[in-house]
Amino acid sequence: MRNRDWTRVALGFAAPLLAIVFSVIVTSLILVAAGDPVGTTWRTLATGGLSGALPRNLVNTVNLGTTYYLSAVAVAIGFRMNLFNIGVDGQYRLAVFAAAVVGGAVTLPRPLHVLLIVVVAMVVGGAWAAIAGLLKVGRGVSEVISTIMLNAIAGGLVAYLLRRVASGQQASNNIATPSIPESGRVPGFTLLPSSPLLAYGFLFVAILVGLGYWYLLGRTRFGFDLRATGLSPSAAVASGVNVRRMVLAAMVLSGAVAGLVGLPELLGKTYTYDLSFPAGLGFTGIAIALVGRNSPVGIALAALLFAYLDTASNPLQILADVAPEIVKIMQGVIVLSVVIAYELVRRYGVVHEQRRVAAQLSATRPQTEEVPA
Amino acid sequence: MSTSVTAAAGAPTASSPVRGRRGRLGPREWVLAGVTALFLLSFVRLLTGAQDIGSSGTLAASIALAVPIAMAGLGGLWSERSGVVNIGLEGMMIFGTWGAGFAGYQWGPWAGLACGVLFGALGGLLHAVATVTFNVDHIVSGVAINLLAAGTVKYLSGLAFVGKPGGGKTQSPQIDDLPSVTVPGVSDALLSLERQRWFFVSDLAAVVRGLVTSVSVLTLLAVALIVGTYFVLWRTAFGLRLRSCGENPVAAESLGVDVYRYKYIAVVVSGALAGLGGVFLAEVASSAYRDGQTGGRGFIGLAAMIFGNWRPGGLLIGSGLFGYTDALQLRQGGQSVHALLLVLVLILAAITVWRVVRRRPLVGTVISAVVAVLLLGWYLASDEIPGDFTGMTPYVATLLVLSLSSQRLRMPAADGLRYRRGEGG
Repeated sequence: MRNRDWTRVALGFAAPLLAIVFSVIVTSLILVAAGDPVGTTWRTLATGGLSGALPRNLVNTVNLGTTYYLSAVAVAIGFRMNLFNIGVDGQYRLAVFAAAVVGGAVTLPRPLHVLLIVVVAMVVGGAWAAIAGLLKVGRGVSEVISTIMLNAIAGGLVAYLLRRVASGQQASNNIATPSIPESGRVPGFTLLPSSPLLAYGFLFVAILVGLGYWYLLGRTRFGFDLRATGLSPSAAVASGVNVRRMVLAAMVLSGAVAGLVGLPELLGKTYTYDLSFPAGLGFTGIAIALVGRNSPVGIALAALLFAYLDTASNPLQILADVAPEIVKIMQGVIVLSVVIAYELVRRYGVVHEQRRVAAQLSATRPQTEEVPA
Repeated sequence: MSTSVTAAAGAPTASSPVRGRRGRLGPREWVLAGVTALFLLSFVRLLTGAQDIGSSGTLAASIALAVPIAMAGLGGLWSERSGVVNIGLEGMMIFGTWGAGFAGYQWGPWAGLACGVLFGALGGLLHAVATVTFNVDHIVSGVAINLLAAGTVKYLSGLAFVGKPGGGKTQSPQIDDLPSVTVPGVSDALLSLERQRWFFVSDLAAVVRGLVTSVSVLTLLAVALIVGTYFVLWRTAFGLRLRSCGENPVAAESLGVDVYRYKYIAVVVSGALAGLGGVFLAEVASSAYRDGQTGGRGFIGLAAMIFGNWRPGGLLIGSGLFGYTDALQLRQGGQSVHALLLVLVLILAAITVWRVVRRRPLVGTVISAVVAVLLLGWYLASDEIPGDFTGMTPYVATLLVLSLSSQRLRMPAADGLRYRRGEGG
């Protein structure tokens, strides 16, 4: 019994390792083919380039990882019931915009102010995702297409509303929402004594979200129904699950978490929403959820890996004269090879299991039959 | 006459076996629908004075914008007819634009065409390896290819285009134009007819003029490919086998069809077609590769294919619709899209009346009536649609059209499902 569990654990780790090794090889081949310096590139990625840059890079990695983690959990909630919420991108942008407007407009005591901002973001994100959910259960529109369309619509909507909100301000190249006052901000904390850079206080919220995700999906009836619907809708219906309500609930929940994605940055660094606010975090979240296999811990590791690669690639252009986008290729290869590696490992696991059972059966059975080799 | 027959047949037989044919309209119905739409547009044009909603310039732009969407949709058609969902079309299209830019500026537009199609096909091959050989979830593989394509072209642009005249990190140097065709004589005559601004006649002239004036050879190629796809997939043994892989791969296997091979062919063709759509964007719609040029057209192509019920004819109409809404926002966007509101109001009013006469469920009737009144109020209260909103037109149109039509559609039965050789039982 114990023996088998260890095999499983080893197989579970084998897939991501296999994928990372494979992507390093592919990336190196691309670098060689392009005539870029392979050694310098990897050395820069490993050390953060300049001496003493590592602590700063690590804090940045944790900060970016917090954002990535929230985004990936939002995607993973949908994945667990076979819903592809490609719309995390639009949901978080609309949500963080609304949160910035509301947060900048009111003044409340600190915990209430932050709470209000968080609630606004979650409600807006959930509501925007609910459109896709309603279209799916009501009109049978695939959520893949509808969320992609809603992403584009959210982009236009935010651009329009931002111009309206910021119209009263002084002329400036980069229009922005009013800054959130001190009481609405989440203070940072010192993560590494050797770096002056503070880590986002929102990290703890992300950890809470991870715990909540684990508890809700693994330990509650709702989570069981959700996973059952994902594995087999017909079996779920037979056991009394209202699939339409589950689709809507999962979509809204996913959108509500997506609403949090922009908050670490908003409440820990920028305090205002403007045109330069990071976009595309939702798509990174999809990749990370895939690599992390929808598990709360796996996603955390994958988020840190992706965040580290993104952070460490910044000095590549200066130090190695390599375009930092090489890291994007590497991430793409990791995603594709991770899913392939999981499939290979799964097949190997099945064969391994069959062999083990066959071996046990033949050992317990009296050795009268001739088994052809 | 014909519309009333289909409507009457549609209502009482909702649960009968002929249901699958309900949404399919014959050529006569489509012609009728087209004429009705043209009438509606000329009516609104006269009413609002928004001349650009029916001008030949808008129509030419519509065609130019519809071709890439149609090519992406056609790629989706090939892939999904063989049972592989291809959300990676966007990425394959990105590969196509980059390939066109890379080969196009060095060795001319025809080399760009070949290279773009090749790059798209390579993207398709990657998707086929992941989904067919390794059984990876189709959406997962597609999303990964989209991410990979976006990163790869950015990296490659830095290597290939930086330092070249007119090139840089985000765009390639200029590509020469592909030849285009104008039917001599007819075009000018139609132009004078269009200038008269008569009801309907001028609009018809504009449509025809848009179809015969400086049509790129790639547009002609695209039309030929759509017609060719119909013949190959629906009129040959090869096509029957390919479609059988999408409907019931196990049955196909039991009849001796090499399902893996057909799926591979279909997905690689799919990538090549998406790549061609990308080439069109880089060489015809513009004259260089630019970062982010595809702008989600791969996804819109997929939506056009779904709207077209996984058939080439419907796909053509779907992409025409999206091309048109895309073109409108480019040509006097605010005014044209504002006039489009009135078209929507008229359509919704017609739906409401139809629902009352047919005694359909009250909730839907009330919703369409309320939305019509709200839109009319918006139309009357404003003179123009703000610029940020006009950019959303194709996306909103996609959502609206899909939410109105998706219940009548039937996708290939085994679309997106896992299949492994010999596991049929």
